[in-house]
Amino acid sequence: MYAQMVKSEIADGGPEMDAFQARIDAGERIEPKDWMPDSYRKTLIRQISQHAHSEIVGQLPEGNWITRAPTLERKAILLAKVQDEAGHGLYLYCAAETLGVSRDELTEMLLDGRMKYSSIFNYPTLTWADIGAVGWLVDGAAIMNQVPLQRTSYGPYARAMVRICKEESFHQRQGYDIMMKMAQGSDAQKRMAQDALNRYWYPSLMMFGPSDTESVHSTQSMKWRIKINSNDELRQKFVNQTVPQAEYLGLSVPDENLRLNEETGHYEFSEPDWDEFFQVLNGNGPCNAERIAARNKAWDDGAWVREGMMEHARKKADNTKLAVE
Amino acid sequence: MSKPPPTARNEWPLWEVFIRGQHGMSHRHVGSLHAPDAEMAIKNARDVYTRRNEGVSIWVVEATKITASSPSEKGPMYEPALSKVYRHPTFFDIPEDVGAM
Repeated sequence: MYAQMVKSEIADGGPEMDAFQARIDAGERIEPKDWMPDSYRKTLIRQISQHAHSEIVGQLPEGNWITRAPTLERKAILLAKVQDEAGHGLYLYCAAETLGVSRDELTEMLLDGRMKYSSIFNYPTLTWADIGAVGWLVDGAAIMNQVPLQRTSYGPYARAMVRICKEESFHQRQGYDIMMKMAQGSDAQKRMAQDALNRYWYPSLMMFGPSDTESVHSTQSMKWRIKINSNDELRQKFVNQTVPQAEYLGLSVPDENLRLNEETGHYEFSEPDWDEFFQVLNGNGPCNAERIAARNKAWDDGAWVREGMMEHARKKADNTKLAVE
Repeated sequence: MSKPPPTARNEWPLWEVFIRGQHGMSHRHVGSLHAPDAEMAIKNARDVYTRRNEGVSIWVVEATKITASSPSEKGPMYEPALSKVYRHPTFFDIPEDVGAM
C-alpha cells in the first residue's frame, strides 16, 4: 500500500455525475479523454502520484545495500529489483500524466514536500537482513493493495497495476529467499533476521493506514472504485498470510497478543503505534530529511544532463532541417 | 492515449510506446515515457518496457503527433457498423447440404 491517507474530494452532484457513477457501477473503465468529474480527477492525481513517489523514494533504502550485497549474485538481483522500482514509478507517473499534470510538476511537489510518499520508506535499512525484510514484508504489503487495484475504474491506473503486479512477486520472493538463508544461517545471522523482523513488523502494518471504516474519504474512493478494500481488511489479510511465513522461518512476530482465533480463522494482533505513524507522515521519521535531501540532490545534480540532452536533440533537429533546405 | 502536459517547461517530450510481443504479432500500445529525442525514446523504452523479454520490436511516436477520435463522437462514428448486420457471414442462412462455406 503505497498510497496512505489520500484525501478524496467530495463528489459534485448533477446528471453528468450520475451517468459517470453508473458507468463505474457497471464495471466500465474510465479512459483519459472521457468526461470525468473534477473531484475524481484531483483525487486520482493525488493517489497515483503518491504511489509513484513511493516507488521512487523506495529505491533509496534498498540502494543503500547495492554496493554491500554479500555476493555478486545478490548484488545483481538487488540491482534488478531497484531498477524495477524505477520502472514502477515511471508507469505510474505516466498514468498520472494522462489526467493533465506534467511529470516535472509532480516531481517538484515531491521535492518541496507538497506531496507525500509511503511512511515505510522513512525507516533505515541497517543490516543486510533488512533488505530481506523489506522484500518480504514491505513488498508483501504492497501486493495486498495492488492486486485489487488491477480492477480499479481508471484505465491507465489499472493497466499500470497489471504490469507492476507481474513484477512485484519477484520482489517478495527474493526478500523471503534472503530471510530463509539468514534464518538457516549462523546464530548471528539468525539474530539479524529476527532483529529485522522486529523493526519492520509494525511499520509494515502501518503501511495500510489507520482504520478507515468511518472515513468519508474512503467511502467516496470506494464508490469510485479507486479503493477496493478497507485498510483493516487488507491489514488482516496481510497478517493472516505473513504469520505462518514467519513461523516457517523460525522467527517470532514481535507481538505478545498475537493469536489465531479458531472461530474466525483470523489472527488477532496488536495495533501499531499510530502516533508514530502520524509523526513519520508529518516528516519526523528517522529518515524523512535524508530521503528528501537525496531526491533533491539527484534532481539538482541531474539538471545539466536533462538540459544538455534536450539541447542536443534541438540542435540535431535544426541540422536536419538545414540539410533539407 | 496520453495528452501532452499543459505546461511546456523544459521537460522532455512525451512518447507513446508500441511493442511487438513476438514474431507474427502486431505492435501494441504499452505505455508512454519521456525522452529528448526518438533515439533516446527507443533506448528508454527498452529499459522501461522490455526488461523481461516482452518484445522483439519497439515503435515510439511523439504523443503530440497522435490524432485520436473523441469519445463524444462514439455514437455517429460507430452506429453505421451496428445497422449493417449483413456485413457478417452469419446473416446468411446456407443449407447444411451445401457443406462448409
